[in-house]
Amino acid sequence: MTTGLIEVSNSEKFTPLQIIAPDGKVKNSNMMPKLDDDQLRELMRRMVFTRVWDQRAISLNRQGRLGFYAPVAGQEATMIGSQFALQKEDWILPSYRDIPQMVWHGLPLYQAFLYSRGHQHGFTIPEGVNVLMPQIIIGAQIVQTTGVAMGLKLRGKKNVALTFIGDGGTSQGDFYEGINFAGAYNVPAIFVIQNNRYAISVPIEKQTKAQTLAQKGVAAGITSIQVDGMDVLAVYKAVYDATERARNGEGPTLIEALTYRYGPHTMAGDDPTRYRTGEEASEWEQKDPLIRFRKFLESKGLWTKEDEDRVIEETKNAVAEAIKQADEYPKMKVTDLIDSVFETTPPHLEEQKQEFLAKEGN
Amino acid sequence: MAQMTMIQAITDAMRVELQRDPNVLVFGEDVGKNGGVFRATDGLQKEFGEHRVFDTPLAESGIGGLAVGLSLQGFRPVAEIQFFGFVFEVFDEIAAQAARMRYRSGGRYHCPIVFRSPFGGGVKTPELHADSLEGLMLQTPGLKVIIPSNPYDAKGLLIAAIRDNDPVIFLEHMKLYRSFRGEVPEGEYTVPIGKANVVQEGSDVTIITYGAMVHTSLKAAAEAEKARGAKVEVIDLRTVWPIDIETILQSIQKTKRAIVVQEAPRNSGVAAEVMAQIMEKGVLYLEAPVLRVTAPETPYAFAQIEDEWLPDPARVLKAINQVLDF
Ligand SMILES: Cc1ncc(C[n+]2csc(CCOP(=O)(O)OP(=O)(O)O)c2C)c(N)n1
Repeated sequence: MTTGLIEVSNSEKFTPLQIIAPDGKVKNSNMMPKLDDDQLRELMRRMVFTRVWDQRAISLNRQGRLGFYAPVAGQEATMIGSQFALQKEDWILPSYRDIPQMVWHGLPLYQAFLYSRGHQHGFTIPEGVNVLMPQIIIGAQIVQTTGVAMGLKLRGKKNVALTFIGDGGTSQGDFYEGINFAGAYNVPAIFVIQNNRYAISVPIEKQTKAQTLAQKGVAAGITSIQVDGMDVLAVYKAVYDATERARNGEGPTLIEALTYRYGPHTMAGDDPTRYRTGEEASEWEQKDPLIRFRKFLESKGLWTKEDEDRVIEETKNAVAEAIKQADEYPKMKVTDLIDSVFETTPPHLEEQKQEFLAKEGN
Repeated sequence: MAQMTMIQAITDAMRVELQRDPNVLVFGEDVGKNGGVFRATDGLQKEFGEHRVFDTPLAESGIGGLAVGLSLQGFRPVAEIQFFGFVFEVFDEIAAQAARMRYRSGGRYHCPIVFRSPFGGGVKTPELHADSLEGLMLQTPGLKVIIPSNPYDAKGLLIAAIRDNDPVIFLEHMKLYRSFRGEVPEGEYTVPIGKANVVQEGSDVTIITYGAMVHTSLKAAAEAEKARGAKVEVIDLRTVWPIDIETILQSIQKTKRAIVVQEAPRNSGVAAEVMAQIMEKGVLYLEAPVLRVTAPETPYAFAQIEDEWLPDPARVLKAINQVLDF
């Protein structure tokens, strides 16, 4: 039987912050963020846009017109709410699934498609867009975020560095190293865990015995909270407050957002029916971020069917235009790749380049 | 004998060893219920239970350390690194820990671990999935490195690796997983580690290669024969470390010309090592410089230019012509 002491050490409890309930009703009005009507409508527009873009991307992938793609439906509130709380000069360190946040932070959509197609230009972040390339190595973004945040602090900037990681990613050593450093140096970093319950096929229960992922931040001594990741206002509020704290020199924050991915892990052959049930997915669909926010806005007279249709149309056009731009973008060359390795291509690579120059007909 | 793809042969090897030896454990990210992202461990958890075949949390260093610790308790871990580009996360456990265990303990402890991992190009994976990083392993004393090119070898070599008392890196080329079937015996058999295979005999030039490049080289060899009647001998290293230099020397004594073909970027690595050993032990047999056909010395190519970046039969053929016309 457990002793009293052990019960005390296990009693750390987190209650997820929720502002809008699944039925669209305000749950927690004293937490309501200060957003005007246009901003509220903009949040909805971005979520609808992202959902439609995701559906288009999946179908373009199936037609062989896109390459690597990791679906995002279900996670829009976390993705959109987080980015919306940032200033343009703040930094985002994304992972492979965080393409919407990159685009809303300024990466042109056609570049996101080039990234998907495995074209180097997809990684060429435009000047003035403060994002890194999508990270493939899970956990690397956490340690780097601490570095970027420290750099911002040393430069005397009032900006923050925000990064995303999945529930599975919190098992990596880099996760602990990064949040620990962030706390030790008190840097303006924000770590958003998108807990969508699965790391490919491994459910959170098999990933860790920790009852919450937020409590992992407690060990590092950094402010940590859990939010309803299907509630865009809760996510916005949590991230916005974290940015305020960071800008005031109060250090890093860790936010665990409880969310769900409806689709497969990626479009490269993952079959979710092998590891999760249809009932579970439909339970989560009841909590859908778009439905609940739409109901909330409708109740305030801020959203109509016409608004929704207009955004759907707008997205389809934007996707079609971006695909066209990606199609028209010059094909990549091996010689470009070779020249991108060093500032000045050294002799041994110049020599190897000759063979490809000949092939490329230059 | 059954006809199997390479991935089926690999699954079969693990099944045979799980059955034979209760100390064999199979684990890694998604290997349990999901049966691996490529289904290499499909059905094994069902058959052998969650104590023998299990999912790990998402942490490669943890997987490596678990394998080291379990092996010290007499288990024989078969640990999967989901894609070999993620090996850097577990490099300490492989290179600084497992590979040095016997040496550090004066022979008292050893790590009979197999680190299995998919790698290899031509399948348009995202960054850091396809990279050929075997060269890094070659520079790590204490490891054996195996790269099979066909289903028969894959099963026999994997069984041999699981039974080997030293750590073995077992690299599975993604493009070969399902690209063809081959005859694979039922039950147990081994293919010896450290022994190359003469895939095709010839008298005019020797190609030394491994993995998917065996198939690329065979195509180039067929074209050379058609174009100019050249008889190309093709050697599949199968074990890329330690290298079977005897088989190579015997061959070049006969053909007097050699080309090394690897998918990995050019510098250092397997091709460089084969060439160095030929220089040391067989230079007097040669009538032409040894050439290598490789990818250029860049990070692995973006998906859009993979096909141009990877060595293809045309580039191998060019090298064949060069050494023949020297
Ligand atoms: C270091 C590393 N190990 C393994 C992988 C392979 N991998 C890609 S995504 C993934 C699961 C990630 O799950 P989670 O962190 O929960 O994020 P999600 O994809 O659910 O958003 C794995 C194992 C990787 N990309 N990097």
